[in-house]
Amino acid sequence: MAIPLSWWLTVAAALFAIGLYGVLSRRNAIGVLLGIELMLNAANINLVAFWRFITPQALTGQVFAIFVIGIAAAEAAAGLAIIISAYRRRRTVVVDELDTMRW
Amino acid sequence: MEALIRWLVDTFPPLSEALARLIVYVLYSGVLAFVAPVLIVVAYTYMERKVLARIQDRVGPNRAGPLGVLQGFADAVKMLTKEDVTPACADRVVFNLAPVLATVAAILVFAVLPVAPGVIGADLQAGVLYVVAIGALGEVAALMAGWSSDNKFALLGAFRAVAQLIAYEIPIVLAILAVVLAAGSMQLGAIVAAQDIPFALVLPVAFLVLLVASIAEIGRSPFDLLEAESEIVAGYHVEYSGMKFAFFFIGEYMHLFASAGVITTLFLGGWRGPLASSDSLLGVLLGFIYFVVKTTAVIWIMMWVRGTLFRIRIDHLLDFAWKFLVPLGLILVVAVAVALKLPAVNSPALRWIALLGANVIAALLMMIVISLLARRSRSAALRAVAGAD
Amino acid sequence: MAIEQALQIFVFVILTLMTLGGGLAVVTSRNLFHAALSLILSLAGVVGYYVLLDAGFLAIVQLLIYIGAISILILFSIMLTRGLMTPRQVQRNEQWWIAALVVFLTFVVLIVALWQMVWPIADDEALRTPNVAISQLGEALVGPYAIPFEIISVLLLVALVGAIVLARETENNQGSHAEAGSSE
Repeated sequence: MAIPLSWWLTVAAALFAIGLYGVLSRRNAIGVLLGIELMLNAANINLVAFWRFITPQALTGQVFAIFVIGIAAAEAAAGLAIIISAYRRRRTVVVDELDTMRW
Repeated sequence: MEALIRWLVDTFPPLSEALARLIVYVLYSGVLAFVAPVLIVVAYTYMERKVLARIQDRVGPNRAGPLGVLQGFADAVKMLTKEDVTPACADRVVFNLAPVLATVAAILVFAVLPVAPGVIGADLQAGVLYVVAIGALGEVAALMAGWSSDNKFALLGAFRAVAQLIAYEIPIVLAILAVVLAAGSMQLGAIVAAQDIPFALVLPVAFLVLLVASIAEIGRSPFDLLEAESEIVAGYHVEYSGMKFAFFFIGEYMHLFASAGVITTLFLGGWRGPLASSDSLLGVLLGFIYFVVKTTAVIWIMMWVRGTLFRIRIDHLLDFAWKFLVPLGLILVVAVAVALKLPAVNSPALRWIALLGANVIAALLMMIVISLLARRSRSAALRAVAGAD
Repeated sequence: MAIEQALQIFVFVILTLMTLGGGLAVVTSRNLFHAALSLILSLAGVVGYYVLLDAGFLAIVQLLIYIGAISILILFSIMLTRGLMTPRQVQRNEQWWIAALVVFLTFVVLIVALWQMVWPIADDEALRTPNVAISQLGEALVGPYAIPFEIISVLLLVALVGAIVLARETENNQGSHAEAGSSE
């Protein structure tokens, strides 16, 4: 392997930071969701990199990456359904304006 | 391919094996990306016109060249000399990227297709899954084209395209899953090797499901709702002209050939046939010819269907996928899995019989359920009519 | 060998540009549709990472689920939730600079921590042969990891049913939907 582990971790950290910024700074709920996807991917890169460099004979890293992808799919489906439902009722997806629990 | 690499190393001693491998694969991908699309588009547009003309009792192209074989080139020249229009409000970057992505997505499938004995871009362990995954790129391209054109018909076409493609991807996966269970591998090379009897004969239901769903997946009549001329003009590529439209057109025919190639590989034994082997050059060539002939036969069936059936309605289209093909595929997968694990199945011949039996049972079960449901809805409709009277 | 290493580094740099550049576009683009397309670019970079890390199966799963399913879902909901011809509104909230500060500090902490840590890297022999067959992976999923696997399956089913229930139009909000014009 030409690329040492720390490079991979650096890239993953950068991607995580970018995703975090997206989650914190977006006004649009879908934009927040995009940021979350980036963070999940950063975590996945870490899992696979650790698997490749530290325990290449065990399967744990890959299996957990698959679980993360599965959870991401569930999260996207449920999250987007909530956003669409909220949009139908309130005509907005700006998170600052979705501030009442019930009306 | 391995033989070619060895030959290169032997004939030109300064070449190392890695370098020879690189050269061979670069050449192969070059052929796939630049030569194959042109040949496929020219050959199959001509074939499509001739077949449709035959079905509709016409002559078809007969002016350009003998029997009109040069018609494809004439069309290409016409297409390239047309003005390239971009709508004023279009999202330029996305608008220009979409046709490229559509073509690339179709070409990428060829990377894992075993087109002749020993000739395959990459025999991935999860080759079958790769084929399904690449299909998703085409959906992204359709959405991009529809959205960026800033045209309501294009957008409607894109919505339809994605609903249809997602709905028909599931029966495709289920049909392929039955093949994977029968072959015991997801590697396309291994699936070809496992077909001592073509799977179309032992898994006829899966074959039909895949054929029908593939026709829908590549958006051909009777499932061509994504570009229904009489309803939404031309769907997601209304606003495209000239070279960019040509890209969509090439992508469409590449996709057609790729889908038929996948069906051939999974169900018709791929390149297998008498005397086809990876030992000699002749065997490889024969294998390639078998592959092309089988693929062309599948394409011919698709053209025949196109010439015969009329377009179906959008709600019928989605109902057909979700209420018929998906349950049928699910029943089939369960039946095949159970049949392969029966304790009595212990010889290859019994395996084939068990697979065929599983298919027949799945088909019968689905027919019974459908006829019961149809009778119920029919009598409900009759009661409604009687009540109205 | 030297060629191969150089090639790997070259590919890594390109993929990093794709992933991080796409990621930056995701969080900064004013046009949400472009942000979602950049997400696809970024995820495609991650697919390349998996190939480079010899996790071919994961690469294909990533392609299938992230690009094929999640991105299309997101593109769809972007089209459903905002009028197509609306002017591009401001996409950042007022605290974006605080967010940027916090994120930068987090990043610095992460980098410092991971460069100071000495990782227990496996020996060369193990590093050279990480080839995991898909059948092994499949057996692991129904063997030692069967319970998490089943829980994920149930979670997906629940998410599926929940999403349908949430997004389905009920009789009573159909009126407000019709008033608001054509959103779907």
